[in-house]
Amino acid sequence: MHPFVLERPRDLSAALSFGAQAGRNDAPVEYIAGGTDMVQLLQEYVRRPDRLVSLAGVLDDGIEIGPQGLRLGAAATMAEVAAHQAVVEHFPLISQALLNSASPQVRNQATMGGNLLQRTRCPYFRDVGYEACNKRVPGSGCAALDGENRWHAVLGTSDDCIAVHPSDLAVALVALDASVELRGTGGDRSVPLSDLHRLPRDTPHLEAVLEPGEVITAITVPATAAGLRSHYLKVRDRASFEFAVVSAAVAIETDGARIRQARVALGGVGTKPWRLPNVETALAGADFEPAVLRQAAALAAEGTRGRGHNDFKIELMQRAIVRAVEIAGARA
Amino acid sequence: MSDSQGTSTASSDITRRELMQAAAVIGGAVLGEQLVPGAISPALAQAAGAATAPLDVSLRINGTEHRLSLDPRTTLLDALREHLHLTGSKKGCGLGQCGACTVLMDGMRVKACLSLAALAQGRDIKTIEGLAQGEELHPLQASFIERDAFQCGYCTSGQIMAGVACISEGHAGSPQEIREWMSGNLCRCGAYDHIVAAIQDAAAVSSSTQEG
Ligand SMILES: Cc1cc2nc3c(=O)[nH]c(=O)nc-3n(C[C@H](O)[C@H](O)[C@H](O)COP(=O)(O)OP(=O)(O)OC[C@H]3O[C@@H](n4cnc5c(N)ncnc54)[C@H](O)[C@@H]3O)c2cc1C
Ligand code: SF4
Ligand code: FES
Ligand code: FES
Repeated sequence: MHPFVLERPRDLSAALSFGAQAGRNDAPVEYIAGGTDMVQLLQEYVRRPDRLVSLAGVLDDGIEIGPQGLRLGAAATMAEVAAHQAVVEHFPLISQALLNSASPQVRNQATMGGNLLQRTRCPYFRDVGYEACNKRVPGSGCAALDGENRWHAVLGTSDDCIAVHPSDLAVALVALDASVELRGTGGDRSVPLSDLHRLPRDTPHLEAVLEPGEVITAITVPATAAGLRSHYLKVRDRASFEFAVVSAAVAIETDGARIRQARVALGGVGTKPWRLPNVETALAGADFEPAVLRQAAALAAEGTRGRGHNDFKIELMQRAIVRAVEIAGARA
Repeated sequence: MSDSQGTSTASSDITRRELMQAAAVIGGAVLGEQLVPGAISPALAQAAGAATAPLDVSLRINGTEHRLSLDPRTTLLDALREHLHLTGSKKGCGLGQCGACTVLMDGMRVKACLSLAALAQGRDIKTIEGLAQGEELHPLQASFIERDAFQCGYCTSGQIMAGVACISEGHAGSPQEIREWMSGNLCRCGAYDHIVAAIQDAAAVSSSTQEG
């Protein structure tokens, strides 16, 4: 690891004053929460901040549910949220996405805030032995474009970066219209989760919209319609303890045998958690006829761009949507 | 894709290969044993020197308080193994992927290689060394022996610590459930069937003692 000064501030305002910035690779000061991603990046020299500011004990870890919806403190762990009775009952999509993430140990350590801001698993990003990675070293090129790109994105890509955003939680949350509450030295603001991450464009090293000093303090999820049925389907190379090749988060409201309203988001295929409004529109009013579902899911392919090894994801993600809608629809 | 995961690093030292690799890519220079990043401005070099100033860290391991002076970069795993010589917790990958370093923190299983030691201050840490009561093995230790649940033994302490948590969490109800909730612990020797059996046995003992 590159040497760093470790700050253990007493309270949040002290933590903010160091000006740490998450989600960009050139920040000299970084936060550390559960550390499950940060320690790995430090070990591998991918991140080399001079100062590390611990968020331990300074952020809310509460989980609250009320008529407005759900509020998850940024310091709540993946394990706590996944097992919380109200989350399991009213937001099963979130619980499912979390239980399908990482391992029990990591889920005990990792926090909500850190999960949303974890960095891509692109193997070229994570191995400084490769010189070309625009996300790690701006302007150095992208080894994945013509390299081993089986795991890479087909949506939201640019000529400079095709890395996938790896969070399962973020996919479920974006389907549920979640927002994040941010606090900086200048005050508080709320940002829809769909706007938290940036598209890579020609600046893939800038991943999030956080200003220097800003932290995520909480995630809010609006109350969902009673009877909303959902499913998180994760397709991966082994049955457990693996990132998604493709995942689909689906939540539907039904009206007898028809879908009244659908929300659909995909993981493993986008440079950020990917919501699919065109598929949702096509699903509204549809019945569960396989041909109808397939036709709606086909719209997910709009704007996709494969790079060879990952071409299969374009078909796989459509099938994942169909399967997830069917499973959600079959739920009582 | 590269063998970097196989190079195990000793405490805060880094291997020569890692040094050269990091230096080659980030354009740093190697001075003695220290990597000075980027252009070697004296200010940066000085900041780097200051950064390694040791921290006073107090760790509660298996009920005993230990005062240590640690480089901030020291992981909990390295503090245990290199500084406290509690070598029961193993370093497989050092990156959170194998589970060999599993310990309990405030009763919950965590990966010691992903925790900075300084941030574990104030937590109650239990390692494999603290599991037996004197000469009496923990039921899961006993059932690992009974069931032949290891071959080389490298993953075993991590498996046992994770297994203890798996049982106390109530996730040992069936072989399938055990497999899912033990998936963070890999075994290169493939002793999985025996590990699952050992956990089932110990879970049965713990539920019968709870009932009795
Ligand atoms: C072996 C392994 C397997 C995994 N598998 C999966 C998986 O299948 N699915 C999945 O989704 N994830 C997976 N993960 C990733 C894991 O979910 C993340 O590492 C974890 O959620 C990060 O949370 P943390 O609290 O440990 O963050 P840290 O590592 O502490 O921080 C991560 C980043 O977030 C920033 N940060 C943290 N909190 C805040 C905050 N409140 N405000 C601003 N910035 C903040 C930090 O500065 C840092 O940049 C896996 C991880 C490991 C090690
Ligand atoms: S896909 Fe992005 S993260 Fe991966 S090598 Fe290319 S620039 Fe780097
Ligand atoms: S050493 Fe492999 S998970 Fe910690
Ligand atoms: S017994 Fe050898 S790695 Fe598990």
